[in-house]
Amino acid sequence: MSVPSSSVAALRERFGDAILLHAVLSGDTIVYVRADRAHEILAWLRDEPGQGFNYLTDVTAVEYRDAERPIEVVWQLRSLERKADLRVKAELDKAAPLEVDTVCDLWKGANWLEREVFDMFGVQFRGHPDLRRILMWETYSEGYPLRKDFPLRGHLSRAEQTRQALAANPEAHYSLEELSIAEAFHELPDDVRERLRHGERGKVR
Amino acid sequence: MGLTIGAASNPTSISGQSPNWVTARLSDLINWSRTRSLWPMPFGTACCAIEFMATAASRYDLARFGMERQAFSPRQADVLICAGRLPFKLAPVIRRVWDQMPQPKWSISMGACASSGGIFDNYAMVQGIDTIIPVDVYVPGCPPRPEGLLYGILLLQKKIMGESLTDQQLRVERTVGPDGLFLPPAYIDEVSEPFGNSIHQTRSA
Repeated sequence: MSVPSSSVAALRERFGDAILLHAVLSGDTIVYVRADRAHEILAWLRDEPGQGFNYLTDVTAVEYRDAERPIEVVWQLRSLERKADLRVKAELDKAAPLEVDTVCDLWKGANWLEREVFDMFGVQFRGHPDLRRILMWETYSEGYPLRKDFPLRGHLSRAEQTRQALAANPEAHYSLEELSIAEAFHELPDDVRERLRHGERGKVR
Repeated sequence: MGLTIGAASNPTSISGQSPNWVTARLSDLINWSRTRSLWPMPFGTACCAIEFMATAASRYDLARFGMERQAFSPRQADVLICAGRLPFKLAPVIRRVWDQMPQPKWSISMGACASSGGIFDNYAMVQGIDTIIPVDVYVPGCPPRPEGLLYGILLLQKKIMGESLTDQQLRVERTVGPDGLFLPPAYIDEVSEPFGNSIHQTRSA
C-alpha cells in the first residue's frame, strides 16, 4: 500500500511547485503544500470534479520535539462519493507569525476545528469569522498549552491559576447562541442577529 | 440519640401500656431529620458520575438514606456531590452552584480527581476542589465503588449528628475573599504540590 493517491499527480500538474512533497504512510497519502497557497489548493480539491473532497474530517496541528522543525497545520479531507482520503499539510515557520488562511468559507465545520488549533497552538487563521479560544476560557492568559515550550502544569502558580479561574465569568464568554437560547434567536432584531451570527464578541485581539 | 420514649422504659409506671410522649434534645431531633433528608446536588463531571448514577439506581438505592430526591437545582439542595475531575474552567461554575445552595449545606468530594486532582496534575485541572469550596467528606477511589460513596454519605450523616445548633461558625458562608481566592494562596500552592508518580512528570516543565 505504498501507492500514492491519484490526487497527487493531479495536484502536481495543476499547482506545480506549490506542492512541495508527498509521502505515503500506512497507506495514507500526505501532501505538503506551501502555506500561502493552501486555501487555493484546498478549494480546488473540494470543487474539482475528479477530486470532490467534500468532507473536512479534521483540522489540527503538529509541533515536533525537534525545536527546529516548523509547526505543521494538517487538513484531513475525505470524498464521501469516492470514499477516498487525503491528508494535506502546510509548514509554518516558528520564527514568523503563525498564520494561514481559514477554510471556513469552504467547509463550515472548520469553524470550531480552527478555533481549537488556535486555542492549543496559537495558529492564527486569517479570515476566520470568530477566532477565539474554545477549550480554555477566553481570558486564559498562560499561552497555548499544546506547544512544546509550554510546561505541563502551566506557567503560573496553582494559587494564581485558581485565582484567575475563579475570576473568569463564564457567562461573559459565550454568545447568546451558545447559551442555547436558540428559539428566541429568530425573534431578535435584525442587527442583533447579524452581530450574533459573527460571534458576539468578535475577534480576539 | 438521647430519645426517651414515654413510660416504655419504665416498667413500673402505672400508665405503661402505650408510649404517648417523647423527650429528646432539640439538636438531636433536628440533626436526625437533616441526616435522613439530605438532598444531593450531583455535580458529575466524569466517570465518578457513572458510579454515582449506579449508587442512585435500584441496586444500591440512594433513596434508602433519605436521598430520594436528586436536587438538580442548587437552591433546593443540601449536599453538593462533586463526582469527577474539576477543570479550572468549571471552577467558577461549582463556586456559583455552592454559593446558590442555602444553609445548612455540606459537600462530598467523590473520587481521587475531585479530592486531589488525581492523575491530572496538569495545566487544566484544579488540584482538589477544597481549594474552591469547603469539603466535608472525601471519598477515595478511582472511581469509588457505590459502597464507597454510601460509606462517605454515612460518614457525613455521622458528622451531621455531631453538629451543634448553637455553633454559629458552622453556618458561616465561606465566600471568595477580596483577593479572589477561597483559601490563602500559600495554602493552595502547598496542597497542589506534585506527589506520588506525578513528581516524575517533568516533560518540558
